[in-house]
Order: sequence, then structure tokens, then C-alpha cells
Amino acid sequence: MDFATFLIQCLNSMQYGLLLFLVASGLTLIFGIMGVINLAHGSFYMIGAYMAYALAPVVASTFGGGFFSVLFVGVVLAVLLGYVLEWAFYSFLYQREHLQQVLMTYGLILVFEELRSLLVGDDVHSVPAPPWLAGSIALGDTMSYPEYRLFISGVCLVLALGMYGVFAKTRLGMMIRAGASNREMVQSLGIDVGFLYRVVFAAGMAIAVLAGMVAAPVSSVYPGMGNTVLIICFVVVVIGGIGSVRGALLAALLIGVVDTFGKVLLPQAAGVLVYVLMALILLWKPSGLFKIA
Amino acid sequence: MTNLFRTTLIAAAAATALTAGAAFAQPAGKIKVGLMLPATGTFAALGVAIENGFKLYVAEQGGKLGGREVEYVKVDDESDPAKATDNVNKLIKRDNVDVLVGTVHSGVAMAMAKAAKDSGTLLIVPNAGAAAVTGAMCAPNIFRSSFSNWQPGYAMGDVVAKKGLKNVVTITWKYAAGDESVSGFKEAFEKAGGKVTKELSLPFPNVEFQALLTEIAAAKPDAVYTFFSGAGAVKFVKDYAAAGLKGKIPLYGAFVTDGTLEAQGADAEGIFSTLHYADNLSNPRDKAFRLAYAKTYKLQPDVFAVQGFDAAQILGVGLAAVKGDVSKKAEFAAAVEKAKIDSPRGAFTLSKSHNPVQDIYLRKVVGLENQVVGIASKNLADPSKGCKM
Repeated sequence: MDFATFLIQCLNSMQYGLLLFLVASGLTLIFGIMGVINLAHGSFYMIGAYMAYALAPVVASTFGGGFFSVLFVGVVLAVLLGYVLEWAFYSFLYQREHLQQVLMTYGLILVFEELRSLLVGDDVHSVPAPPWLAGSIALGDTMSYPEYRLFISGVCLVLALGMYGVFAKTRLGMMIRAGASNREMVQSLGIDVGFLYRVVFAAGMAIAVLAGMVAAPVSSVYPGMGNTVLIICFVVVVIGGIGSVRGALLAALLIGVVDTFGKVLLPQAAGVLVYVLMALILLWKPSGLFKIA
Repeated sequence: MTNLFRTTLIAAAAATALTAGAAFAQPAGKIKVGLMLPATGTFAALGVAIENGFKLYVAEQGGKLGGREVEYVKVDDESDPAKATDNVNKLIKRDNVDVLVGTVHSGVAMAMAKAAKDSGTLLIVPNAGAAAVTGAMCAPNIFRSSFSNWQPGYAMGDVVAKKGLKNVVTITWKYAAGDESVSGFKEAFEKAGGKVTKELSLPFPNVEFQALLTEIAAAKPDAVYTFFSGAGAVKFVKDYAAAGLKGKIPLYGAFVTDGTLEAQGADAEGIFSTLHYADNLSNPRDKAFRLAYAKTYKLQPDVFAVQGFDAAQILGVGLAAVKGDVSKKAEFAAAVEKAKIDSPRGAFTLSKSHNPVQDIYLRKVVGLENQVVGIASKNLADPSKGCKM
């Protein structure tokens, strides 16, 4: 591998890692702070991608279109849906054991998949990138890099910084961190934990939906797309340390590097490398790279 | 525990009694066809097309094959190999089907072939291209109406070599279908003097192609040979174009543009691929088939619908020869082996191992159609390695 190719591969790994972070950060919030194993997180990602596909024409006819207005409408819908889902289903799960959480959230996967099948059908669809990002930048004489992929990386970085800001610098972030380490104590201090959780859940769902919408032009939308993403997201969360946004970012980037270079240098083992990485890190640090509390 | 064991024993005994009863039943009754196809998941659309095609042929025969009315029992196989053995046993033991038809996913089809081999139930595979179905697992009661993964790959190897291209990089998913397709390509291509310089692969069903596309760009081969299907094929073709490789390094494939053209759009334009079917064959049989299919289902048929249609034709030929008596396995197989199946893809026969001996077409994507350019390989038969029959 010459140096130029090596640099492009580094860019590839970073881009993949950041995208993973975007999907997994919502999961680590919900899992880490509320203690709920949310198998339906992949479905949220799938909902986002299908929103990007199905909402675009609707938004175009109502508000005159535009990539960002579609994103905005999607995120608003996701927050509403997350709020309702938390109230209707997830709020009953906090005191239950993990098996019951898994059963219910698995049930939600089936419901969402079937609804998707009824509403949109089972075909594969593609979503066009916005025209002002459709170009690509030449790298070397045969390869070029799509601008939209760089844009995705930008969105991920902005979101990572934003989440860090909220967590580290705001009162809400403080309450969330406190709620994660000791919910009874936070409750006894007079903070409405129920409401706090509902907000966190809606935010986690909104991030997953946003990830799906932003990723749709490069991933295309297809049945079962959420399930493939879910597994790798759990790996990110476990490596990073449950509930840690910083850990999720580092873990996602690490997986990006291992996956990209693994495919190129060790193709025979590419399927297992990420899991080997997880096993090694858990041997070294049983609760992940960064653990909250 | 003992209770459960006893219940199982009784159930098993009852099932055996039922099977025995069915064997003595009058062949004039209904014939039970067990459709084990994906109704949910990634391959759901393919399952529907196969079922539609199968039912279209049966309906054209007045709902009867071999003088017996056809009755369907359906199981959704979810394309999940882990559930395959349970699902196929439901059809064989619980529903006592006379014929099994399925499926799309090769892993699931292997479990079906094993169950069919053990129980002696007739099996017709309407898609899954795994070599072993008509190779190591071949049996007198197992038939395939589609193709083997090796066939389109081998035909393409010839085509690419004849174009004078010397070094090629291959890229596919690391699983049976991908490996078999690439090895077919490599066999023909290297026999004709070409060289496969790099075999790239990624785990099924991973769709992060960027790292491997970078490798292709760095290697600068004369051409790329690929095997992907469904959502993976859509993303690969789009990523290939987005990475700036389209137009610089020609892409050749098997299957990569079937059922996916609407989603691939302009990025698929001009891609050459090989398969046993195309969109504008214009033989009278195909024209009639496409018209009838479109009229019945308000949908355009695809290669999967054709494979379902031909599965029903194979069953029809066999049943006609034994006058509807499925217990006459040897006569059934002999009739099918001798028959010429009048398929929309063009007439074909079945090899001794029961895989179609068929023309493989070279197609080019024009507009939103896979249009025939020519015949890549005439009467191509799978080598059926490991078949002892």
C-alpha cells in the first residue's frame, strides 16, 4: 500500500467511524442513562432512512423542499414519536429485568418492520444527495471522494461537540449525569426523573433518526437495514463504556480503523476482527474504555 | 420431562401413521404443494415473485397438475438458516406435503435439500444457486429450476477474456454464493489467458465498500468482476460511481442489476452482466408469459418469477408422467430428465444432477432494462462436482 492510498484509507476509516458514532450515541444515552436495553434502536435508524425517502416529496410540496427542511421535519417528528413511545412503552420498563426489556423492544422491531412493509413496501430505494453536495473531489488519478461523505463527517463532528457541550457545560447535562449514577438520589433532590428520562429518550431517538436520514443517500434504504446497524452499535457502546458519549466516539473511530484496514490487509478475518477488538478491550477494561460512575 | 418425552413420542407415532395413511390415499385427491419462501425480510419481494410465477403456471393448467388439483401450504422461511430445519419439518411432518418448493437463500435451501434427501419428499429449488444442491447433496428427488452460482460467473469469464482484458480484480461477499460465482469466473477467465490479480471480499451482508473501492483504484485493473444482490448490489453500484470508478474501470457482474435497476438509476447504465434471463428476449413464449403475468398481478415479471413458473412446469412434467402419483419417484425423475422445459428464458433441459442446462445471456443495462446483447455461453451445464447419482 503506497502512502497516498494509506491516507485515503485513513479518511475512509474516519468517515465510517464517525457515522457509527452518530448512530451509537443515541443508544449509549438510552442504555447508559436509563438502563434500558433498547433493541429497537436499529429500527429508529431505519425509520430515519425511510423518512428521508418518503418525507422528501411531502416536504417539497408543503414547504417548498430543501434538504435541511426535510431533516428538520424528520427530527421534529422523531422527538414527538420518541416522547410518545417512552410514555406508552419504555416508562414501564425501568424497574423490570433485562429479559423483559429485550422481549418488548424486540417486539417493537417486528412491529416497525411490518409497518414499514405495509406503508412503503419491500423494495430497495435510493435517496438522492442534495444537488449542492452531489459532486466529488478528485484524489489521485482514478479515485475521487464524494463531497456528501465529507458532509456526513462534518455533521457527526458538530453533533459530537454539541453533545459534549450539553453534557459537560449545562444544567440539563449535569442532571442527566447525576441521574445515570444514582437515580434515587436525584429523585430525592426534587428533580423530576420521569420527565428527564422522557427528554433523554426523545433525544436519543432523534439522534438515531437523524443518523438514518443523513446516511440514507449513501446507504440506500432497504428492509432490515436497522438490524445490521444494531449489532455494530452495541459493540460501539460496549467498547466505549455504557453511557459514555466520549467513549462511544473513541470506540466508533477505533472500529472504523480496524474494520477498514482489516478488510484490506486481513480479508479472511474481516468478519471477526471487530469482535476480537471488543473481546481484547473487555479483557483489559471489563467495563469499557470510559465508564460513567 | 418424561411427560414431554412421551408426548413427543406419541406425536411422532401419530405423524408416522398419518404419512403412511397419505401414501395409501387415492392419487385422485388434491396434491399438496409446500411453498417455503421468504415473505418477510430482505428477500421478501423475491419470494412473492416466485410464488406468483408458480401459481400463474398452475392457473394456466386449470389449477391441476398431473390430473390432481393443487393445494398450497405456505411457510415464511424468513431467509433464516437457523430456523430452516424446523420450518421444512413443519411442512413435511405436520402438513404432509407431497412436494416442497423453495427457496431464495442458499443456506435455507441446503437445510431443505437435507430434509428432502432424508425423507424422500420431492423438492424443487426455484432460486438458491448453491453448488451443493445439485452437487454433493444431489438426489433423485431434488430438482432446480434456476441456475448454479457457477454458471453466470463462468460465462462472464469467457466474455471478459474475449474482450482482450488481461488483469481483473474481483469483489464479492465472503459467502458460498459469492465464492462460487467468483471461482466460476476465474476458471473460465484464466483458462482463456487472463489473470485475476486480486480477490477482494467483505463479510455478508456488510455494505461498507469504501475501503475496497480505494484498493481497486490503487490497483488500476483492466476490469472489475462483481457478484452482489439486493440492497448490497444497489449500494455497490452507486458507491462505485460515486468513487469516480465508473467510466474508468469497466464493471462486469452476475446478478448485480436484477430487481434493483429502479434504485440504482443512472449509475447502473451500461453495466454488462450475465444471467439466464433478460428483459427483452422477445421469443413468443416469453412474450405470452410477460403479458399474462402483467395482467394477473399488475407487475412486471423478473427472473425470479420465471424461475417460479418453471418450477411449476417441472412439477407438471413429472406429475403428468406418473399420473399424479408422487410415490413413483423413479418414473417422475426419468420423465423430468428427458423433458425439454419450455421456459420464457428459452427452452432448457435438466442435467443428470437436475440443474438446468441453459443459455447464459450477456446483457447490458439500457434505460431501466437488462437488454440482451448476445449469448455468452450456449447450453452451459454446471460441472456438479461431488454428485454421485
